[in-house]
Amino acid sequence: MTKPVTILYFAWVRERVGAGEEEVTLPQGVDTVAALVAWLRGRSPGHDAAFASPALVRAAVNQVFARQDTAVGAGDEVAFFPPVTGG
Amino acid sequence: MIRVRVQVADFDLKEETDALLAAAAEAGAVASFLGVVRSTAARPIAALTLEHYPAMTQPALEAIAAEAQRRFDLLGCTVIHRVGRLLPGARIVLVLAAARHRQAALDGTGYLIDWLKTGAPFWKSEELPDGTTRWVEAREEDAEASARW
Repeated sequence: MTKPVTILYFAWVRERVGAGEEEVTLPQGVDTVAALVAWLRGRSPGHDAAFASPALVRAAVNQVFARQDTAVGAGDEVAFFPPVTGG
Repeated sequence: MIRVRVQVADFDLKEETDALLAAAAEAGAVASFLGVVRSTAARPIAALTLEHYPAMTQPALEAIAAEAQRRFDLLGCTVIHRVGRLLPGARIVLVLAAARHRQAALDGTGYLIDWLKTGAPFWKSEELPDGTTRWVEAREEDAEASARW
């Protein structure tokens, strides 16, 4: 059995999805951040709303800022969030 | 020495400065930046709540601090960022940079605050006087400020 991927959501991305964390098993072919976003959008209207403007959502893979073409795979932790506003 | 902390509790500027100096024997300067929760007559807020990504925040801040230390030859630096619900006037972030001379201390402090605004996973939500909340949007100027380094 393939290890699941842990998906984390923060700030308004979390609010739109309606959950802060979920575990998913990736279907074959979903192997980049961009492909994961496209696949997640089909999970619920909330997911779809969260990623409606993909340019506004940033990602991190295993706690490191990622790009659309960054690879994702079994056992990874992938986080989605708006542009950061600390300081 | 690099000290990075993310905490709910307030911090004490003098205590932190003393601790930094105690570990930076040859320092001739410590520069500091203290960020405060702002509420103005034109844009009043009741509170500010900071959310973060705990597993990523600490390593992201440590990487920024290590880069500042290397670039400006700092003798030590301190970054403390508060999270949770904070009221107007509350201290929210502290950056201290110790160096042999003032310019490195000042530049190191500027670098640290500019980068922690754009390179660490924190998000601010404002609570307005009527009880509604809204997420603070990232500012283009902040990205430009960190890019200038």
